Amino acid sequence: MADYGADLVNRTSPLSGFHGGSSTVRLEAAPPAERISLRARAEDVAALSSALGVDLPVRPKTSASANARSALWLGPDEWLVIAEENGGLMQAAKNSGALHSATDVSHRNTAILVSGPGAAAAINAGCPQDLSLKVFPVGACSRTVFGKVEIVLLRTGDEAFRMEVWRSFSDYAFGLLAEGAQDAAV
Amino acid sequence: MLLIHCPYCEEDRSELEFRWAGEAHIARPENISAISDEEFAEYFFLRNNEKGLTYERWRHIHGCGRFFNAARDTVSDRFLMTYKAGMPKQMLPETGASEETVETYEATEGDAR
Ligand SMILES: [Zn+2]
Repeated sequence: MADYGADLVNRTSPLSGFHGGSSTVRLEAAPPAERISLRARAEDVAALSSALGVDLPVRPKTSASANARSALWLGPDEWLVIAEENGGLMQAAKNSGALHSATDVSHRNTAILVSGPGAAAAINAGCPQDLSLKVFPVGACSRTVFGKVEIVLLRTGDEAFRMEVWRSFSDYAFGLLAEGAQDAAV
Repeated sequence: MLLIHCPYCEEDRSELEFRWAGEAHIARPENISAISDEEFAEYFFLRNNEKGLTYERWRHIHGCGRFFNAARDTVSDRFLMTYKAGMPKQMLPETGASEETVETYEATEGDAR
């Protein structure tokens, strides 16, 4: 176990040390990232987009990426914006001057990177969405369910996904993905 | 698996992503402090619980998060139409909403001994 004496404020990744997968699926914990849950009205999208440096998508199930930031459409007035570490998202949103609600959820979520020819099948072990490339192409994203937990799924490549999950559920999600990865390899 | 069309996501999604949210098109009385207990009970507690075509609110809680309205046949469990929250009650085109394929209590259990 960890030595709690001197390390009380050390940051720990909820999935550090986890590894898994199969001959067709690779599972990795994503590196730490900054994330905001963003709510805004349609008329404020343009100002927020320019302040964030990434266009907030306005069509369902779509995302946009620019300047090491990704904006994922979650609902008609709701986005998950992800930046590589220390992206300054809260400050950027504030600088827009537009009416919005931004909540820093960097530490609420963690993410699992799922890749390989069996990636979609592994995710479908617990996710009811059609993950064929036609219906869920590269760049598509959606809030959905994975087994008993809620996730946000982003397709980053033909055979690659990012699964955003609340950190306290990440153990469960990783475990179910590991099971799905085994099944996908059969 | 039952698929439900979300009018905001503009596609069919699994029922697992949705929650039922009660009868639709119930307007809150404007003069709520002035109405009688009976009128309040009618507004607040009493629902029609119709057999067959019913109008309900549903929420795409594990998707876009929006509430919307749905016309559903409570006998067949079939969703006949969904439309965005705030829209007036939508009439169904004449389709013969209740279908014969339905397994009702009467059809399957009525003669059970
Ligand atoms: Zn939806």
